[in-house]
Amino acid sequence: MPREFTPKVVTANALLEGDVVYLTADDRWTRHLSEAELITDEAHAQLRLLHGEGQPDHVVGAYLADARQGLDGPEPVHFREEFRRTGPSNYRHGKQAETRDV
Amino acid sequence: MYDYTDFDAAFVAERNRQFREQVERRINGALTEDEFKPLRLMNGLYLQLHAYMLRVAIPYGTLNSRQMRQLAHIAEQWDKGYGHFTTRQNIQFNWPRLRDVPDMLDALAEVNMHAIQTSGNTIRNVTADHFAGAAADEVADPRPVAELIRQWSTDHPEFQFLPRKFKIAVTGSPNDRAVTRAHDIGLQIVDRDGTIGYRVIVGGGLGRTPMIGKVLADFVTQYDLLPYLEAVVSVWNLLGRRDNKYKSRIKITVHEHGIDEIRARVEERFKLIRPSFSGVDVELFERIKAAFAPPALNTADTAAFDAAYAADPVFRSWCDTNLSPHRAPDHAIAQISLKAHGATPGDATAEQMRVMADLAETYGHDELRISHEQNVILPHVHKSDLPAIHAALKEAGLATANIGLISDIIACPGMDYCALATARSIPIAQEIATRFEALKLEHEIGDLKIKISGCINACGHHHVGHIGILGLDRAGVENYQITLGGDHTQTAELGQRTGPGFSADEIVPAIERIVHAYLDYRDSPDEAFLQTYRRIGMGPFKTALYEEAHAHAAQ
Repeated sequence: MPREFTPKVVTANALLEGDVVYLTADDRWTRHLSEAELITDEAHAQLRLLHGEGQPDHVVGAYLADARQGLDGPEPVHFREEFRRTGPSNYRHGKQAETRDV
Repeated sequence: MYDYTDFDAAFVAERNRQFREQVERRINGALTEDEFKPLRLMNGLYLQLHAYMLRVAIPYGTLNSRQMRQLAHIAEQWDKGYGHFTTRQNIQFNWPRLRDVPDMLDALAEVNMHAIQTSGNTIRNVTADHFAGAAADEVADPRPVAELIRQWSTDHPEFQFLPRKFKIAVTGSPNDRAVTRAHDIGLQIVDRDGTIGYRVIVGGGLGRTPMIGKVLADFVTQYDLLPYLEAVVSVWNLLGRRDNKYKSRIKITVHEHGIDEIRARVEERFKLIRPSFSGVDVELFERIKAAFAPPALNTADTAAFDAAYAADPVFRSWCDTNLSPHRAPDHAIAQISLKAHGATPGDATAEQMRVMADLAETYGHDELRISHEQNVILPHVHKSDLPAIHAALKEAGLATANIGLISDIIACPGMDYCALATARSIPIAQEIATRFEALKLEHEIGDLKIKISGCINACGHHHVGHIGILGLDRAGVENYQITLGGDHTQTAELGQRTGPGFSADEIVPAIERIVHAYLDYRDSPDEAFLQTYRRIGMGPFKTALYEEAHAHAAQ
């Protein structure tokens, strides 16, 4: 039996800056996971991924990452995605230090 | 030190010009990412977890002060003010933006540096003993031959599409500080009745399937060296598994075919190609060797050193751990630790880079070295200058007296930066160093090498650490496996796994139990950790690791 679909977000790295971005429901790329579209339907997820992959002039390496609904929008399920939305743990660099929008 | 010829400079400038246009074409959409990726990797540019990463080659780990200052400038101008020195004698910048990378490469070219062949399925940056040209135990300086191999391998037409990456390391000393037995090819310079030649070790490597290299040839002359190396790479280029990335390295080829069959094939190939080497490579080697002529060492008395050593316990402690014997007895090799307790192993700020550059220029014949252990070395210092050097290092936060001790940890960037990582390495290194500093035990413990990798690719050399730590993802949680008894030197051995791994919270106490077991079991303070392990075996350490933990939990 196929595994049950778990909620996802479309994420990638920005082409120019290289930092982590997420696809929003209104087709923007945001730096904030909390603004990402949380996708609960598998077929819709594939469509949204295709939409992300179709923008090679903006992003690199789009993929579907597991996420769950939190109080303030989607939250990571896996620790790798937690680091991606925060930044490294040895310096206050990356997202934890920068909160600008695309 | 080797200076670029006009050919070298033109080659790098042309490559940079091409890459600038490739970046432009990627940005304007003329190149897809699939087309661009191999081009950027050929120029050392990765896309990591949070940003691009530029990996710059420091061939055979040698830098002059001008180059070090330029690295500082690049760190400030286009990155976040620091650089990360790696286990491959490279420096990595963790935060460049795509548009800036061509300018960074041009800035590197100004000081004879580049990022070519720091990635991709090519012969990578050739590494060497970081004490090259200075060590008391050296047969010959390994850098001229490393430079010869760099020139031979750069853009070698036969070797641009190898089955996988290929790493060569050279040692000029019988005491192997270059980890030659864990490289695709390890070369050891040997002296046979007054003639210099090379012992060729092949098929070593860490990663998913760790192997210790095997001796392919005991003695290859200078005249035969390049054709012999070419024959080795050529044989592997044909035999190497392109069907399976995990079986593509030469260690697997040697393992599957056996060293004797590989040797026979290499010798057959060697006979075929040897005549095409006219001897021009040996002439080139002699010219390169002249560029590595040893510096004219100054003579002064060492009274100032002796006085400071007697009077200042902090200086004395630094000397006892961070100095190594120089071939000239009134000189020393000074290691600058990039492992301050709680700091990120291998990181240096731009300001620290400038301090090290100034010291090299003022006191060290303008030479700096980067070690695979992620420290910086002043290879030629007169002992009378050491008190001044130590004072300047102290001021810059670079005087940590811990070389070879438990806090001198190798750690890969791990999941704090690396897209391949399965767990973090840096925080584990930071916590171990901080913990043993708090216990004030590290000098008591003595020689102990901890090496940490954040995935099975083993950039942190965990298999050859006296204590190796491997970070894995176990069902969505970071988990750390321990190996004991690894050795990266001429007596190389792979560490053995202790058993089940530990969570991020449990790993530091686990290391502490291992260290306490060593202190309990050692014959005397002169018996180093590795010797004790070899004498008593895994059993007592396993007991300390697993049973004592249970006993504590039950209390």
